[in-house]
Amino acid sequence: MSILKLHYDIDGSDFTRAGEASGKVKRVLKKLGLDAEAIRNVSIAMYEGEINMVIHAGGGEIDVEISSELVTIVLTDHGPGIEDVSLAMKEGYSTATDNIRSLGFGAGMGLPNIKKYANEVAIDTKVGVGTTITIKIYVPDCSAEL
Amino acid sequence: MNVLNHSVRLDEDKCKGCMNCIKRCPTEAIRVRNGKASIIPERCIDCGECIRVCPQHAKRADRDSFDILANYKYKVALPAPSLYGQFNNLDDIDCVLTAFKMIGFDDIFEVSKGAELVSEATRLLLKRGELKKPVISSACPAVCRLIRVRFPNLISHVLELNSPMEEAARLARIKAVEDTGLKPTDIGIFFITPCPAKITAIKQPIGLEKSNLDGAFAIKDVYPKLLAQMNRLDVTGNLRDSGIIGVGWATSGGASAALLRERYIAVDGIENVIQVLEEIEDEKLNNIDFIEINACTGGCVGGVLCTENPFVARSHLQHLRKYLPVSCNHLEGEKVPKAMNWDTSLKAISVLKLADNVEDALDLMKELNTIAERLPGLDCGTCGAPSCRALAEDIVRGLALESDCVFYMRDAQGNPSFQGLVPPPFRKPPKKEETP
Ligand SMILES: Nc1ncnc2c1ncn2[C@@H]1O[C@H](COP(=O)(O)OP(=O)(O)OP(=O)(O)O)[C@@H](O)[C@H]1O
Ligand code: SF4
Ligand SMILES: [Mg+2]
Repeated sequence: MSILKLHYDIDGSDFTRAGEASGKVKRVLKKLGLDAEAIRNVSIAMYEGEINMVIHAGGGEIDVEISSELVTIVLTDHGPGIEDVSLAMKEGYSTATDNIRSLGFGAGMGLPNIKKYANEVAIDTKVGVGTTITIKIYVPDCSAEL
Repeated sequence: MNVLNHSVRLDEDKCKGCMNCIKRCPTEAIRVRNGKASIIPERCIDCGECIRVCPQHAKRADRDSFDILANYKYKVALPAPSLYGQFNNLDDIDCVLTAFKMIGFDDIFEVSKGAELVSEATRLLLKRGELKKPVISSACPAVCRLIRVRFPNLISHVLELNSPMEEAARLARIKAVEDTGLKPTDIGIFFITPCPAKITAIKQPIGLEKSNLDGAFAIKDVYPKLLAQMNRLDVTGNLRDSGIIGVGWATSGGASAALLRERYIAVDGIENVIQVLEEIEDEKLNNIDFIEINACTGGCVGGVLCTENPFVARSHLQHLRKYLPVSCNHLEGEKVPKAMNWDTSLKAISVLKLADNVEDALDLMKELNTIAERLPGLDCGTCGAPSCRALAEDIVRGLALESDCVFYMRDAQGNPSFQGLVPPPFRKPPKKEETP
C-alpha cells in the first residue's frame, strides 16, 4: 500500500499565514480523490491544530501521512505545553489574548472540534517542553462511488 | 450533457502565446503549446477571466449574430438588469425597453421580473427551513460550473431553482403564445447577456434538460443599437414591470438583500469566490443562511460583455432605483411553481483527480511531489503551464515533459556555452567568492 508523506514547517511569527498548510493538504486530498467527508474532517482538524500551533506555541512542524485507508496528522511544537489537557479539551476554555480574540479566535472550540472530526486524537504535552498532537482520520473506501 | 460546448473561444490568429491567460484561469484550464493558448474543455467554467485579461483580444465569447432573428416569427428580448447600468443619466427604464422594439424585437420581457419571482421563491424555501445551509445561490452559471469542478461536495448546498434568466424565458414564451396565438417554436426568446457563462448556460443548461431560450446577444453589441434609437425617442411605452428587488440583482448584494434576512454573505470576484467556497467546505460558515455568489467583480455589471465599468454601472443603477417600487412580481398563492424547480441536480465533474482509484493517485502524487521539488518554483509560465506544480501535474498525467522547463534545459546541458542561450533571468548565478 502506498503512503504519501508531506511535511510543513509552520512559521509562528507570521500569523497571517496560519492555515496555509491545511489548505495545501486539502488540495492534495482532492487530487487524490479521497472520500469528501474524510477530506473535510482532515481539513478542519488540521486547521485547528495549525492555528493553535501559531497562536499558542509559536509555530512548529506538521507531518501528514496519507494512505488509501488512513490520514495521520502529527503536529509538533516546542511551545509552553498544556497544563491541564482535560480542561483545554472543554468547549469554551481558552487562554487566548484579547487581540487574538478580536480576530475571531479564542472561542475555545479548536481542540473540541479536533476531537469531533477526528477518529483518534492523542495529546502528548509537557509544560515548558512542548506539545505533540497526533490525529487520525479513517478514510472510507469510495472507489465504488462516481 | 456535453461539457465541451463552451462559448469562450480562442482566436488562433490573434493569440501570440503569452502567459497572461494561463495565470488568471481559476481552474488552470489553459496551456500554451506551439505558440498558441489552448483551453482544456473539461475544466473551463466560461467565467471570462481570460477574455478580460488577454492583451491581444484573442479570447472571445461566441455569441449569436442578429441574423438569427429572421428564423422566428415573433422575437422577444430579455434584457439582463445589468443592461440598465450601462447608460449614463438614464431616468426611465422604459426608454431602453421601448428602443428594443425599434431594433427588431416584437416584445420585451425583463429578466428582473424573473429575479423578483426567484427571490420570492427563495424566501419561501428558506422560511420552510428545508434547505441545507448555507444555501448557495445558483444564478451565476460560472459559479455552478466552478462548484461542479472544484467543490463537488458543495453541490447539496446549491439552490435548485431556475435562474432569473431561465424563469423569465419560461414565462416570456407562455406570454408570447397567449399574445400571438403562434406556436411556441415560432417564438424566439433572446437573452441580452453580460457574460459568456450565460451563453454557455443556454447551450448547456444547468439544472434543466433544455433551456427556455433560443439564443443570446451581448450587451456590448446591443448597446450601440439601443443608444442610437434612444436618442431619437419621443414617446416611450409603459413597459417596465419590475422594481428595486429585480433590478438590484444586477449588482453583488442584490439577490441577498431581496431575501430580507440578515445572515447572508454576498461575494463577488472569482478569487474571493474561491476563498468563500473553501470556507463553506471547511464548515466555517454554518451560521450563515444564504450566500450569493457572483463570479464577476461587482456582480453581473462586471460581466465581460458589459461596456461600462462595474463601479460606475452600480452608481447608474442607484440613481435609477430611486424611482422604482420595491417589487412588481409575486408568486400566485405563495407557492413555488413546479416548473421553477430544477429537473436535475448539478453533477460533479471529477477532472481534478489524478486517477480513478486512490492507490494509483497516491503513487502519482508522490511522483508529482518529487518532480515539483526538482522544478525551480518560479511559476514563470514559459513551459506553458500556469505554475511549476501544474507542470509537474501535467508531467505525471503524461501531457508534458520535464524538459519543457527552461531550467531543466539549462542544468541538463552541462555545456557552459549553453548558459548564453537561455534568457538572462534564467541563467545560473555566478559562484559566490568564498569569504575567509
Ligand atoms: N499547541 C498548544 N500549545 C499550548 N497550548 C495550547 C496548544 N493548543 C491549545 N492550547 C491551549 O488549549 C486552549 C484551548 O484550545 P482550543 O483550540 O480549544 O481553543 P482556542 O485556541 O483558545 O480557541 P479557538 O480554537 O476556538 O480559536 C488554548 O486556549 C490554549 O491554552
Ligand atoms: S456574475 Fe453575472 S455576469 Fe459574471 S459570470 Fe456570473 S452570471 Fe455572468
Ligand atoms: Mg484553537
